[in-house]
Amino acid sequence: MAPTRREFLKIAGVSAAGLLLPPLAVHAAAQTGKPATEVGPAQRRAFTAKRWAMAAVGGQCPAGCRDCIDACHSTHNVPAIGNPKDDVHWIGLERIERVFPAEAHPRLPESLKRLPVPVLCNHCENPPCVRVCPTKATFKRADGIVMMDYHRCIGCRFCMAACPYGARSMNYRDPRPFIRKPNPEFPTRTKGVVEKCNFCEERLARGVLPACVLACKEKALVFGDLEDPRSDIRTLLGKGLSIRRRPELGTGPQIYYLL
Amino acid sequence: MLEKALKGSVGYGIWVAVLLLLTANGLFFYLKQLDYGLGITGLSRDVSWGLYIAQFTFLVGVAASAVMLVLPYYLHDYKAFGKITILGEFLAVAAVIMCVTFVFIDLGRPDRVANILLYPSPGSVLFWDVIVLNGYLLINIVTGWTVLESDKKGVPPPAWVKPLIILSIPWAISIHTVTAFIYAGLPGRGFWLTAIMAPRFLASAFASGPALLILICLLLKRLTRFDAGEKAVQTLATIVAYALATSIFFVLVELFTVYYSQVPGHMHHMTYLFAGLEGHTGIARWMALAALLAFAALALLIIPRTRKNEPLLALACAGVFLALWIEKGLGLVVTGFVPSPLERIADYTPTLPEAAITIGIWALGLLIVTLLYKVFVSLRQEL
Repeated sequence: MAPTRREFLKIAGVSAAGLLLPPLAVHAAAQTGKPATEVGPAQRRAFTAKRWAMAAVGGQCPAGCRDCIDACHSTHNVPAIGNPKDDVHWIGLERIERVFPAEAHPRLPESLKRLPVPVLCNHCENPPCVRVCPTKATFKRADGIVMMDYHRCIGCRFCMAACPYGARSMNYRDPRPFIRKPNPEFPTRTKGVVEKCNFCEERLARGVLPACVLACKEKALVFGDLEDPRSDIRTLLGKGLSIRRRPELGTGPQIYYLL
Repeated sequence: MLEKALKGSVGYGIWVAVLLLLTANGLFFYLKQLDYGLGITGLSRDVSWGLYIAQFTFLVGVAASAVMLVLPYYLHDYKAFGKITILGEFLAVAAVIMCVTFVFIDLGRPDRVANILLYPSPGSVLFWDVIVLNGYLLINIVTGWTVLESDKKGVPPPAWVKPLIILSIPWAISIHTVTAFIYAGLPGRGFWLTAIMAPRFLASAFASGPALLILICLLLKRLTRFDAGEKAVQTLATIVAYALATSIFFVLVELFTVYYSQVPGHMHHMTYLFAGLEGHTGIARWMALAALLAFAALALLIIPRTRKNEPLLALACAGVFLALWIEKGLGLVVTGFVPSPLERIADYTPTLPEAAITIGIWALGLLIVTLLYKVFVSLRQEL
């Protein structure tokens, strides 16, 4: 789902009427589910926020759909190594008993038990991975995005041990031969560094929504500024109970689930 | 003094050659790992630390155990340890070099290792571990070597050494505490998230290190003319007995908390470690052996008659060392990752190249111990 009109106005600047057009085009693209990059070469303003967050609405995934995963992984040159040992992924779909073991119980409806739940980096408010990194190769930006510097990471994997969500992957081998169709607009990684979801910060900087959000035809992923009371995500969260993964650990995860 | 290490018997030459060969073999496979990546090991997305980091963790304990000689000798003037304190310090030197090497070869991008110092991160426990380990290495090289040199000249050690030796006591505690904090401060890993981790590490360290030292002393007595003395060995054996008992007690305390509270996030790990989960019993079998060895060794060490019997003492010490190596060098690290945050039970089996590299670093450590002890024994014989 796209940001609200107010977010666009803020981004584009109220006085510059001409600049309003491109974000609106993005909005239109988001509505039709077409990737925003196809909208045209028009110059867009970066999306900014006080705190980026995502909400996942359950019960909408068609059987076997992997659109969010495929969009993310092709956008970010995530290799498809094809064995669980060396596996690298930024976003995955897991069953509820694995994602919310404390909430899952045998009396849940079958539909919920089989429901694929998207899992990705939680871009924690208080990220343990950032705390433990011995080189500051992983860090948190002011807008809440937890980032990786692939040129500084020494591959010690302390962050992988620290992450309570299993969101991080190590490049146990050279990923490049396993990238089916390299995207020249995003860097590939070398062997020996850790990687993870970056909330599509490179797209936000170009005024484009995250790849998984745009790829989801069911609009099950909602992305926006948590500090903006009129954003779509806030409207959604204001409607009822949303849960987060392992909030009791104090990490402040920023992926909200409505299942 | 170092030239003393170059001359020796045929047996000494063969031993050094074997160690060099094993080290070279490890280096060969490390070059392969550099080329292929850490995928050459059994590590995975779920179990992202394995044999290397576990060896590091275990060997920090061996290094820290030098304090069990230094403290009685320098703080309590326990004369019986006078002859072997340097052995403890040299053992610490070799163990710390092994630790640092194991951390280094575990890096995905070893070419960037300097980033730890270029971008110092005081919030990271690993940053502090690098600092305290290298500091400990320096302290032990300097103090051990200086004291040995003074011995050779037949003069008392220079006055500046004493404060450094005293400093090595809290420093030894710090290296193992900081290493425990690598694990004990992670919110999402129930198995490691326990305040008793550092005390447990220290207790097992003070059993495994002195046990190894006893084995070495008994070996030196047979192979060379150096005799550590009955009293020193027996005192060490007492230390091992107390430390092992404490270590076992700490594990039992953990088991109580985990199984009486029955919090799944803690219990699943412990069950995986001691009984296996969903048919994955690889580690549990090793742990059964470790438990058997630990209790048998404890009995041999507690009963005075068996403790004073040299072959049985050697057997007990070998048992202690092996048991604690299994506990820390295999079980502790891997179990923290199983089950994974997404409740998966991923088996971890070290690969042959991984084992070859690990053996190579052990050979390197033994080589350093051999050379340093050769210098020590040669000088002793001349005195």
